[in-house]
Amino acid sequence: MSDLYHVSSSPHVRAKDSTSRIMAYVIAALLPASLFGIYNFGFKALLLILITIATCVATEWIFDKIVHKKNTIGDLSAVVTGLLLALNLPVSLPWWEAVIGGVFAIAIVKCLFGGLGQNFMNPALGARCFLLIAFAADMTNFNVTKNGVDVYTGATPLALIRENGLSAVNVRDMLVGNVAGTIGETSVIAILLGAIILILLGVIDLKIPGAYIITFALFMFFFGASRFDFNYVVAQLCGGGLMLGAFFMATDYVTSPITPSGKIIFGICCGLLTGIFRCFGANAEGVSFSIILSNILVPLIEKYTVPRAFGQVKEAKKNE
Amino acid sequence: MNKYVERLYNGIIKENPTFVLMLGMCPTLAVTSSAINGLGMGLSTTVVLICSNLLISLFRKIIPNGVRMPAYIVIVASLVTVVQFLMQAYLPSLSASLGVYIPLIVVNCIILGRAESYASKNAPVESIFDGLGMGLGFTIGLTIIGLIREILGAGTAFDVQIFGEWFTPITIFIMAPGAFLVLAFLVAGMNIVRKKMDAKGTPLAEPAGCLAGDCAHCGASCPSAGKKPETNNTEGGDK
Repeated sequence: MSDLYHVSSSPHVRAKDSTSRIMAYVIAALLPASLFGIYNFGFKALLLILITIATCVATEWIFDKIVHKKNTIGDLSAVVTGLLLALNLPVSLPWWEAVIGGVFAIAIVKCLFGGLGQNFMNPALGARCFLLIAFAADMTNFNVTKNGVDVYTGATPLALIRENGLSAVNVRDMLVGNVAGTIGETSVIAILLGAIILILLGVIDLKIPGAYIITFALFMFFFGASRFDFNYVVAQLCGGGLMLGAFFMATDYVTSPITPSGKIIFGICCGLLTGIFRCFGANAEGVSFSIILSNILVPLIEKYTVPRAFGQVKEAKKNE
Repeated sequence: MNKYVERLYNGIIKENPTFVLMLGMCPTLAVTSSAINGLGMGLSTTVVLICSNLLISLFRKIIPNGVRMPAYIVIVASLVTVVQFLMQAYLPSLSASLGVYIPLIVVNCIILGRAESYASKNAPVESIFDGLGMGLGFTIGLTIIGLIREILGAGTAFDVQIFGEWFTPITIFIMAPGAFLVLAFLVAGMNIVRKKMDAKGTPLAEPAGCLAGDCAHCGASCPSAGKKPETNNTEGGDK
């Protein structure tokens, strides 16, 4: 009888989703890009990925110990942060700079603000931007040597387009990923594969990446260096961290709006800023800065896009 | 404790303008890209502070209450002009690197804050010591911030190379974000010290100044702050 008449308060139906489960999905979805990065850039890429992940997890563990908080490394979010950070680093980066980045991401961007759920910007991107300013030369050194042979020398496709125009790059190589760049950003196909996994699993929806990519494409079509050139837009879409940023970092739950219309506004913000940075900025790339700037706008966006609850009447205008 | 020593202790430790009162944040963040700059800024502010505290204390019974702010500004601005000319004459390189922040000492919150909350109510000699304490506190704060930023961001201390070839400077620390990071960590450290001392039963006492620009709660040391918007303006003007 007691089984039949079990009395409890709501909620009565629980989803199986948990933070660690979603994070595991994200890690799985990042695997294609990571594996391609390791294949493309060699053993050192794997080493760098492992180092940043280990640093992030260790930092979170130590921070929780110091401030006597419940240990939170089990939610796997530190692993995701470490992996994302590594995918945003050039493979030639000295290992200790990657360690500084990992500590910065977890300790300063995430834990000091209250841990997962409280961080105001994406930890991996915050750390990437920190490293970009702190070690500008190392972070933009994309020369890669594998087995004693120079695999890639010089600039990323985006920098090449900026310097020498569209003819300097091969869009097919950029799709596959046989170009210079950070570990995880080069292969558009591998990233899209991971993104499709996430979308099918329901972890992310297309609102943010869609708004982001469409806004950016339109911006580049009208304001880019070679205007109204479809090939140029495609090259810009495949170049740099745009795909990785749009699908994996702009969609971070903590630092993106939860309201449906807010997500679209957020995506548009990211797209506009990326376009502005790439067209008029000092660097060829601008994805990470535009995403963290949009992250900071999120509370404002959410404030003005709260949907009307069912049955709620619009507040009547006060008569004077 | 002797009341003069007490003033010094108050300025350097208990109500340190940089780490406890959080006053004068703009020069603190802007000029501390090296230890020399921090020291220079701190000492020039100290000189102005001592002289302005003395003069304002001397004139405290003559200055009408309604126009005290303009009167303080005139006094402080005259002193800053003197310091600026002296610095241009004898320390041209420091003057060049501090740039506009020397004239901006005129609207430094610490100076107006001490004028308002201390010098306008106390005798000249105490005011001098108050200015000295506060000025030294500011100087120490700025020099520490500048030293840390210089070591991390350039690998030097007071322009002397202290690391070997292996050291890669973390350039972000001599740029603006580094100032915020270093200041935040030092204030956090100061708060840990305060908590420890509270626990030991020798508390540092809550500061009675305009903490973080929150003028609503400081009835104690600047009684007019809650009512008059002028004191708010001094902080807003410290850009």
